[in-house]
Amino acid sequence: MYKRQRRFDERALALQRRGWMSGYPPYRGQEGSQVGAAHALAAEDWLVPTYRSNAMQLARGVPMSDILLFRRGYPEYASDHDLNVFPQAVPIATQIPHAAGLGMAANYGDSEEAICCYLGDGATSEGDFHEGLNFAGVFEAPVVFFCENNGWAISTPRERQTASDTIARKAEAYGFEGVRVDGNDPLAVRELVAAALERAREGRPVLVESLTYRQGAHTTSDDPSRYRDEPAALPDWRTADPLERYDSFLREEGVLDDDDVTEIEDEVEAELEEAVEVAESAPEPEPGEVFDPVYAEPTPRLAEQRARLEEFADREDRRDLER
Amino acid sequence: MTAQAERELETETETMTVREAVRQALREELERDEDVYLMGEDVGLFGGVLEVTSGLYDEFGAERVRDTPISEAGFMGAATGAAATGTRPVVELMFSDFAGVSMEQIMNQMAKMRYMFGGKAEMPVTVRTTEGGGMGAASQHSGTIHTWIAHFPGLKAVAPGTAASAKGLTKAAIRSNDPVFVFENKMIYEQEGAVPTDEEFTIPLGEAAVEREGEDVTVVATQRLVGESLQTAESLAETGVEAEVIDPRSLYPLDTETIVESVRKTGRLIVADESPLSYGTHAEIIARVQEEAFFSLDAPIQRVGTPDTHMPFSTPLEQEVLPDGDDVREAIERVT
Ligand SMILES: Cc1ncc(C[n+]2csc(CCOP(=O)(O)OP(=O)(O)O)c2C)c(N)n1
Ligand SMILES: [Mg+2]
Repeated sequence: MYKRQRRFDERALALQRRGWMSGYPPYRGQEGSQVGAAHALAAEDWLVPTYRSNAMQLARGVPMSDILLFRRGYPEYASDHDLNVFPQAVPIATQIPHAAGLGMAANYGDSEEAICCYLGDGATSEGDFHEGLNFAGVFEAPVVFFCENNGWAISTPRERQTASDTIARKAEAYGFEGVRVDGNDPLAVRELVAAALERAREGRPVLVESLTYRQGAHTTSDDPSRYRDEPAALPDWRTADPLERYDSFLREEGVLDDDDVTEIEDEVEAELEEAVEVAESAPEPEPGEVFDPVYAEPTPRLAEQRARLEEFADREDRRDLER
Repeated sequence: MTAQAERELETETETMTVREAVRQALREELERDEDVYLMGEDVGLFGGVLEVTSGLYDEFGAERVRDTPISEAGFMGAATGAAATGTRPVVELMFSDFAGVSMEQIMNQMAKMRYMFGGKAEMPVTVRTTEGGGMGAASQHSGTIHTWIAHFPGLKAVAPGTAASAKGLTKAAIRSNDPVFVFENKMIYEQEGAVPTDEEFTIPLGEAAVEREGEDVTVVATQRLVGESLQTAESLAETGVEAEVIDPRSLYPLDTETIVESVRKTGRLIVADESPLSYGTHAEIIARVQEEAFFSLDAPIQRVGTPDTHMPFSTPLEQEVLPDGDDVREAIERVT
């Protein structure tokens, strides 16, 4: 149950607020869509995420502490190569051609894996969106482009992003199917993305437009009251809280009661405590690590520069550094 | 080791053009490793606009010699994604001038992907591209941009000046687990040279070649200017000036040691590279030499390159702007 994701998001915001980690982009309101989609992926599939899709990464099995560590300045936690999770894309839409390439490589190796490429509504305006979808269409790459239309790209509303009436219909231009789904219904999203992944495996990419709403600020350095009114001028189902909706659905179905909720909450709190502890006790990065991941085979220049920095850092009296 | 000695070590050589040498490198690597495949605009059936990949489509088929849409960001990005799972794409960027439309994918994605993965993914991408004026191709198809690529951490850049290095560097680039750009000067595709036929012949990235030994002045020359400098050196020898000509071959990593050693001997340095003169490859080589051999210098270092302007469409003007062997000779004469 994605209460886990909600509590993580809240905790991350709180941690950022007290200066424990750097800026954080909350996904509040988008959990139904993200968790639903993530559960449609098979273990061997790849997830190509962005800064916004941390709820997907969590559902995929990326430890909470990884996401926190990334935000505390450990770049190696932006991805999880072992879980087939690409680094979170921050430059908008740049991950889309990567996903097409991953799909091409899967075809090349005759493997069964498919790729789920996350993107925002704003990303659809970039050239990389066009080039990536066009590649996927031409090369029959097994990719599902999972576009979360959360209504906003920082302060720019969806209508100012494109004159197209829907995002889904853009798929037509690339020769494949585009579909819309109520992103606040996790079961519907899961079913639709699972079907899309099957189609993708047959060489037919799919563009999914998941309609949901960014309840919070763009990031911790944003103040939405400067550009948007609440409540939003959108139908209620768009802005409704997916968590409340799913909660009452499960209760109506008789599969959830107060005791279950308490149990889940306790588990989540324990997991959070542990994640914060793990992140806090991670060793300070060594200066040499700045150089290591740059090349498979470091250049002599880089090796020299690394040696110089280490010599500096190894001085007995660190105050030497300041002089 | 001199380039001559290096080639003699290889048992057999064959005379071929730079174009054939690159093609042979591609063919051998496609044969050697199933993970290697080519992609780019018109590289398949058509064989590439400058005919480098000609024939490979027939030999290896459409999956391994893959025509792409006109989409530079598309294939730079797709190559980045495809490399992260272990395949080894070799991309042709038709003209290096078009790097601009794919620069985000190059400098921010391909260059940094290994880093963003915390070193857990390799980036075995090779990008082959053409550079240089002289074909009357006008300003937007004649650029020499390798300084740009050599500048970005995470990328490597090589620029062959002979047929042998064209083959050896291309093969080394494909075998490297880092992204390597191979800059092919268009005007030397027809230039012939002895090329080792050994399929294991590669030139390690970061090793310069002393193409001609001399005592009086060091000429570090790249691409087309290697051959031109060698001719100039021969004619100057008649006047009693012996120039040492070094082809760095690899721009980043750069073999500083070979260059510095030579300058310690000659005390004079000319850097000849077709890039625009300001803020470029010349400056980097010169900076490294003065860091390490300042007190060996007997004369101001000279640069030979393209003025800070664009390549003219008019052929006579283009010839005027392009650096050549005469410019190298004048530079040598200024300091000897
Ligand atoms: C190439 C690029 N341009 C601009 C930005 C600045 N930027 C960061 S997030 C963002 C909005 C993206 O909106 P959307 O794609 O809808 O994703 P969301 O933030 O809603 O998840 C912008 C413009 C960027 N990161 N990269
Ligand atoms: Mg958005």
